[in-house]
Amino acid sequence: VLFYDCTYFTRKEILRLFYRYRDLAPQLVPLDYTNQPDVKLPYELIGSMPELKDNPFRQRIAEVFSEDGEGNMTLDDFLDMFSVLSEMAPRDLKAYYAFKIYDFNNDDFICKSDLEKTLNKLTRNELTEDEVRMVCEKVMDEADLDNDGRLSLEDFQHMIVRAPDFLSTFHIRI
Amino acid sequence: MTKCGVSVLTTGDEDEVSSCYEEHEWGKNRVKGREKEREKKKRGNARKKGASRAGRGDEELEERAERGEKGRRRRKRDNHDGKGRERDEEEQAEEKSGRAQEERDTEEGDAKRKKKNESAKREEKKEDGGKRAVKEKANAVKTKKHKKKSSEEEDVEEEEEEEKEKELRPESLSPEELEKLKEAVDEKKKLIQTLRGKPWPMKKKLSTLRESQEFLEKYEGALGKGKGRRLYAYKVMMTKKWMKFQRDFENFKTACIPWEMKIKEIESHFGSSVASYFIFLRWMYGINMILFGLTFGLVMVPEALMGRPYGSMPRKTVPRADEASAMDFAVLWDFGGYAQYSVLFYGYYNNQRAIGWLKFRMPLSYFLVGVGTVAYSYMVVIRTMARNANESGGGDDNSFNFSWKMFTSWDYLIGNPETADNKFASITTSFKEAILEEQESRKDDNIHLTRFLRVLANFLVMCCLAGSGYLIYFVVRRSQKFALDGLDNHSWWERNEVNMVMSLLGMFCPMLFDVISTLENYHPRIALQWQLGRIFALFLGNLYTFIIALMDEINLKRKEEEIVKFNMTVWEASLYNGTVPENSTAPPVTIHPADVPRGPCWETMVGQEFVRLIISDTMTTYITLLIGDFLRAVLVRFLNYCWCWDLEAGFPSYSEFDVSGNVLGLIFNQGMIWMGAFYAPCLPALNVLRLHVSMYLQCWAVMCCNVPQERVFKASGSNNFYMAMLLVILFLSTLPAIYTIVTIPPSFDCGPFSGKSRMFDVIQETLESDFPAWFSKVFSYASNPGLVLPFLLLMVLAIYYLQSTSKSFKEANVELKKKLQMARKAMTQAAEQQSNNNASPQAQKGEARSFLWWSEIGSSGIHGKKKKKKETFRALCKDLNVLL
Repeated sequence: VLFYDCTYFTRKEILRLFYRYRDLAPQLVPLDYTNQPDVKLPYELIGSMPELKDNPFRQRIAEVFSEDGEGNMTLDDFLDMFSVLSEMAPRDLKAYYAFKIYDFNNDDFICKSDLEKTLNKLTRNELTEDEVRMVCEKVMDEADLDNDGRLSLEDFQHMIVRAPDFLSTFHIRI
Repeated sequence: MTKCGVSVLTTGDEDEVSSCYEEHEWGKNRVKGREKEREKKKRGNARKKGASRAGRGDEELEERAERGEKGRRRRKRDNHDGKGRERDEEEQAEEKSGRAQEERDTEEGDAKRKKKNESAKREEKKEDGGKRAVKEKANAVKTKKHKKKSSEEEDVEEEEEEEKEKELRPESLSPEELEKLKEAVDEKKKLIQTLRGKPWPMKKKLSTLRESQEFLEKYEGALGKGKGRRLYAYKVMMTKKWMKFQRDFENFKTACIPWEMKIKEIESHFGSSVASYFIFLRWMYGINMILFGLTFGLVMVPEALMGRPYGSMPRKTVPRADEASAMDFAVLWDFGGYAQYSVLFYGYYNNQRAIGWLKFRMPLSYFLVGVGTVAYSYMVVIRTMARNANESGGGDDNSFNFSWKMFTSWDYLIGNPETADNKFASITTSFKEAILEEQESRKDDNIHLTRFLRVLANFLVMCCLAGSGYLIYFVVRRSQKFALDGLDNHSWWERNEVNMVMSLLGMFCPMLFDVISTLENYHPRIALQWQLGRIFALFLGNLYTFIIALMDEINLKRKEEEIVKFNMTVWEASLYNGTVPENSTAPPVTIHPADVPRGPCWETMVGQEFVRLIISDTMTTYITLLIGDFLRAVLVRFLNYCWCWDLEAGFPSYSEFDVSGNVLGLIFNQGMIWMGAFYAPCLPALNVLRLHVSMYLQCWAVMCCNVPQERVFKASGSNNFYMAMLLVILFLSTLPAIYTIVTIPPSFDCGPFSGKSRMFDVIQETLESDFPAWFSKVFSYASNPGLVLPFLLLMVLAIYYLQSTSKSFKEANVELKKKLQMARKAMTQAAEQQSNNNASPQAQKGEARSFLWWSEIGSSGIHGKKKKKKETFRALCKDLNVLL
């Protein structure tokens, strides 16, 4: 099994994931993957999975893990996503992808607008402008180690690996 | 290759894949040979460059992956338009790389003599290769010119083949190269192992994996020479087999974890905190399984199979007076009658030193299993605690409060709209709280009133605790009186008073505490901890009152026993006198064992009490579950259609799953098991049954009639809290058990230790009769106070030392944190200066950052060490406990 070394899954789980993938669109995905068809599932299907349906960041997750950056996923991307989000994946790997997820404009830095977006998604826009601004300032204050007004990957990792809840919340069981 | 890899998905046969894989491999080997060789050389060089390049390792890998792909493409083309062009390209590349290598070699050459030697050799080789290359190039040019000239082409191919054979033949490689090859192979292996941790897209991972696997396949076989080669190949094969076995075993292991799907489902509906209860339940089930295995396999089964059968002696027979009612359900339900005189309880076991044809040492086994149960439990609990502590990574500082709230508060597990709504609400409130806290720095209004209220609340709680304690003591006393009168002339309530009162207290007192705690006006999380602590104290107080009452009873029984013992001798004497005149040759065998008078056997009584307690506790749990959750849910659901207000949203609504209460219940239940298991070997079995049933029942109840919690209860922090409580309970429950074992002499006519003055005499007896004389001598020397005391002293010193070192580590940690902040400040200033000077700030910033990282690494390393020390410290404490 080649996927075995690339993911944190056992064979059974990979098979199960494959069936899950297939069940999303049985008419699109063939059962037989021997000659590697070029199949992509659109984001609407991926985002409607029960595991992702209620996640405020589902679109970002799909975008980050898909190869085209639009949220359309091949089987490889799909496996990759759930491998990173599995329990077995190490902290650093998870932190890397969490950073990518929270980096809304893909500029390799989490800047203020990214923070605001994150916060609004988390609270469903229930905080006032002032509160949002204040929280973002506090976050910058805490985590921005080099004071350049945005969080780089290193800042983010530095902060996130110390978080007690990160490992227990940043995973999806499937 | 891709075909093979993915075909697994459909065919699902690993062996087929590997064989397919190998075929493919050998097909490719020849073609790829040269390329690989070149690569290897290059890699050897790279390693020589060593540390400076370490950082660039990833890039290199990527590069290689790309090259691999290119190579494959090339090969494809190759089939179409002959080999000429490809060779041309390759030669050029080789020349280039050779030149680069020469340069590098000269750079490094003077530094190390040894390496110089090496490189010189390689240069020679290179030159050789270069010559050949030139020749070939000429050939290639020729081929280009006369494309149709097949003879020439054959020539080239021949040469090529020769060369390849040479390369493949390991004898032709120099030892250094072999060494390098080995290193390369090892590196590839490492790469494969760490591949899944690389943040690359799947396609790249796959291609890299294939690449390196090919490399391995090819060169692993070629390593080694002669005899060593065969050995090496064998070793490689064995490691491969071992890997495969491990993989299969892992698959098997994950398939064996019970209730995984159930828990996952619950987790996705209710979030991680509810699931943490079920995971805890499963863990408990595992422990009880092992305890059950111990008692069942080493105590109950041997006694049932090889011990004397039922009815062969007084302790194994129901007394004549009880015979009539021994099979009644009410009596059996109380674990009297036949149940009392069976392997389920202590009293049934015989004090015969060895039983059956195996010469199984029953009393010794009984004693060791009792001790082993406790020791095993300590070990498991402490190990789990240490592991949890390591995992949580000591994020106890508050420096990233907002960031953590921002980035880790969403629970990705949530897959249920209702839970998601709750989560959104709780996140919003937590943010608002944090903002408020930030804005107003401790505005303490009317501190005297709150203080007074808190004191009052604690006073009330104390009253409750004392009251419940007294109630239990009173009830137990009363039940003793009833027991003396005989059970038959009392109602059901009077017989089951103790258990019922305890269960009811356990049910209603927490609610009372909940009401009282609203007085206190604490932060919810602190309030929760207080609540847990109070319930804990309540349970503990109840349990200990129960034990003290039991102790009284034990003393009573022992007095009774004295009397019986005295009567017995009188009775025996009379019997003897009575039988002698009739028939002097036959001893009094005609007496049926049921008619022999016997002592009260306090051990069995204790066991019975615990078993009854467990049963009633289980029953209350299930009944509250059914009434409190299921019935309520049913009523709310169906009465909602014809009610004047909205029942689902309004007052009764659906119940939440009470994680903390359930965990506490589980922990106390386990404590009772530990306490009573010595006197009733059936307890672990009962507990396994109970846990099994409650797993299914609670899973069902949660899924069908509970709603997700509104209160946020963090799962990660609480795990070790549960464990700590479990440890406390374990300690407190082993205390009385050990006390009774050590201080109270066993009954004279029942149990495996009857006739001995203390239970642990069985060890001494075994030492004397089953081991050679020198062994017992050594043991007696080792156990004399002169040796034990210094040993204890040493342990105390070690604990002291470890504690002080851990303290100093902590201090160092704080110091480092301070330094970190200083560095941050310095960096800020530097950055400002830089920007003022309009110079490139990048360099200095990088420096400061690297410093930061170093200090960070240092602190984390220290942290890890500290944890380890703590673990050993705990282990030592455990040893001490056991010893004392």
